Amino acid sequence: MSLTTAHSVVAPSANAKLIAGTIIVAYALISIVPLLWIFATSFKTPPDSIAYPPKVVFQPSIEGYCNLFTTRTRQTPEYINSLGPATGFCDETVRKRNMVIAGPSNFLPRFVNSLIIAFGSTFCAVFLGTLSAYGFSRFKVPLADDLLFFILSTRMMPPIAVAIPIYLMYRELGLSDTALGMILLYTAVNVSLAVWLLKGFIDEIPREYEEAAMIDGYTRLQAFWRTVLPQATTGIAATAIFCLIFAWNEYAFAALLTSGTAQTAPPFIPTIIGEGGQDWPAVAAGTTIFLVPILVFTILLRKQLLRGITFGAVRK
Amino acid sequence: MADVHIRNVSKSFGEQVAVSGLDLHIADGEFVVLLGPTGAGKTTTLRLIAGLERPDAGTIHIGGHNATALSPAERDTAFVFQQYSLYPHLSVYDNLAFPLRSPARKMPEDQIRRRVEDVARMVRIHHKLSNRSTKLSGGEMQRVAIGRALVRKPAIYLMDEPLSSLDAKLRGDLRLELKRIQAELGATMLYVTHDQIEAMTMADRIGILADGVLVQIGTPRTIYSEPANLHVAARLGQPAINLLPAGLLPDGGAPAGTQTIGARTEHLSIAKAANGHADGIVDWVEHLGDQNHLHVTVGAKKLVTLTDPDTPLAKGDKVTIRYRAPLYFGADGQRLM
Repeated sequence: MSLTTAHSVVAPSANAKLIAGTIIVAYALISIVPLLWIFATSFKTPPDSIAYPPKVVFQPSIEGYCNLFTTRTRQTPEYINSLGPATGFCDETVRKRNMVIAGPSNFLPRFVNSLIIAFGSTFCAVFLGTLSAYGFSRFKVPLADDLLFFILSTRMMPPIAVAIPIYLMYRELGLSDTALGMILLYTAVNVSLAVWLLKGFIDEIPREYEEAAMIDGYTRLQAFWRTVLPQATTGIAATAIFCLIFAWNEYAFAALLTSGTAQTAPPFIPTIIGEGGQDWPAVAAGTTIFLVPILVFTILLRKQLLRGITFGAVRK
Repeated sequence: MADVHIRNVSKSFGEQVAVSGLDLHIADGEFVVLLGPTGAGKTTTLRLIAGLERPDAGTIHIGGHNATALSPAERDTAFVFQQYSLYPHLSVYDNLAFPLRSPARKMPEDQIRRRVEDVARMVRIHHKLSNRSTKLSGGEMQRVAIGRALVRKPAIYLMDEPLSSLDAKLRGDLRLELKRIQAELGATMLYVTHDQIEAMTMADRIGILADGVLVQIGTPRTIYSEPANLHVAARLGQPAINLLPAGLLPDGGAPAGTQTIGARTEHLSIAKAANGHADGIVDWVEHLGDQNHLHVTVGAKKLVTLTDPDTPLAKGDKVTIRYRAPLYFGADGQRLM
C-alpha cells in the first residue's frame, strides 16, 4: 500500500459528503417551505390567499399588514363616497372592500408585551441560573444531586397540568393578566434549563482561576465577576437563546393566563382569524413580524447557539 | 516577606487524610521545597497556607499573626498553580496587573504599569506584554504565571509544581531563573515538586512528605547523605539508591539489627574480579554519553550504579563489589547510625 492511495479513516469520503449534503439541503427545503409560504401569504390579497389552485405567482399587496395593524368597520358605499380622499395606501385599500379604518389594532401592544415578557424572563432566568449554577458547581451543596433533579423536574409537567393551580394562585395574588406574572412564570420554567446548561459550562472553567483571584485579594464575588463571567459568556449566550425561544414561542400559559393587557402575540395572532372573515394575509403578516426578533437574535448569536446545541456531545 | 509557622496542622477530605500533624517553620527569606509523590499532601499544604482550605486542626501563623481563620485575600500570599493560571480573556499585561488591580489594593494605574514592566523584564516576557495570554508557548505562560505572583510583595510565595508541565530544557532554564529571582528578592518561598533535581538545586531546605506526614526536613546535603529512613533515601539520587538485604555482600561494619543496606554509587567500589571469586556479573552497560549506568546482578538482586564513560567493564564480566561506608537501615526502615 502506498501513501498516495491511502485515505483517512476519519475524514468522510466524497460520496458520503454528497449524500449528507443532499439530505441536509432537502431537509432544509422541507422545513423552510412553510415559512416561505407564510411570508408569501402575508403579501397576498385575501382572495389570492384562498384561491384554488394556490397562487405561487401573484400581485404583491400590503393589505395583510394594513389589516394586521388596524381595526375596520363595514360601511355603505354611499357613506364611503361621502368621505374625503383616502389618506394613504391602507385607507384606499380598505375602502375598496367597503370598509373604513376605525383605529389601530391590538397587534402592536401585544407584540410589545411579547418583547417585554420574553426578554424580561430570559434576563431573570439567566441571571438566577448563572448564580445558582455557580453555587452548584463550586460549593458543597447538601443534597446537590437531589436539588438539581428537583429543579429539572419542574420542567417535566405539561403546562396544562399546572395551569389551573397557577391560574388560581395568580388570581389571588393579583398577578393574572399582568406582565410581571408572566415574567415570573417563564422565569420559573426557564431557570431549570438555565441552571443545568450553565452548570455544565461553569464546571468546565477550572476553579484555579477564582482561587488565584481570591489569593490576589479579590472577594469571591469579585473573583466570580472578573474571572468566571468573562469565560462563561458563550454558555450564557447559548442559554439566553434557549430561554428566549421558549418564552417567545410559549402559547399554552399565555393563552390561559392572559386575556387583555398582558396578552402576548402567540395567543393574539389566531384571534385575527375571527375578525371579519378568515383574514389569512393578516395572520401571515403577524406571524412574519413575530418571527423577526428571534431570527435577528439567533443570527447574531449563532456561534454560541451552535455550541449550546452540541453541548455535551464532545466532553472530555 | 515574612516567616510562616505551621503547627500541628491536619486536614482530611472525607476518609482521605491529606495532611496529618504537620509542623513546619519557614524562616523569612528561606526557600523550602516539599518533595513527595502524588497524593503525599504537598498541594494540600500549600492550599492550607493560602487559605483555600481550612485545617481540621492546628494553626498557621504568617508573619507572627495567626492566619488560621483568615480568608485567602487577607493572608497576603501569592500562589503559582501547576496550570490553568492565566486568564484567557486578558492580555499578558492585564494578567500581570490583575493582582495589583484588586479593589482591596487601590493601586494607581501608573504605579501598576511600572511594577508590571519591572516584573515582565525579570521573567523575560516584556516583549510580549500586549499578546493575548492564550497565544503564548508553555514556557512563556508559566513565566507569566510566576510573574503574576512576583508583582506583589507577599508574605510568602507558594508554588505548586510550576515547572512540571514544561519540557526538560525549559524546566532547567526556569529552575535557574526562579532561584536567581528568589535570591534577588530575598523572598520566602514554599515550593512543591516531585522532581528531586528541582528540590536539590533550589532548596535551602527540603521537606520530604509521605502520606500526609513530614518525614524529614533538612538541607539538601543532609537529606541526601543522612536520610532518616528508607523512604527518604529512595526519594533522592539518580540512579535510585540500591537497597540490598544485609548479608548479600560482605558488610563488616554493619551495626546490629541491620536489615537493609542502602548503597549509592559513592558507597560501592566495583572492580573486575581478579581471581576466581566474584560477587556479581555485569548485566548491562547503559551509555548516557557523559556517564554510564552499570547494571550488575548480585545473586537474585540487581544493582545500578554510575560509572565512567570509558569503563573497561562490559556485559558478562565478573566483578567484585565492596561497600564504602553505606547507609544501614533497621527492620522498621529507620536508618541506623
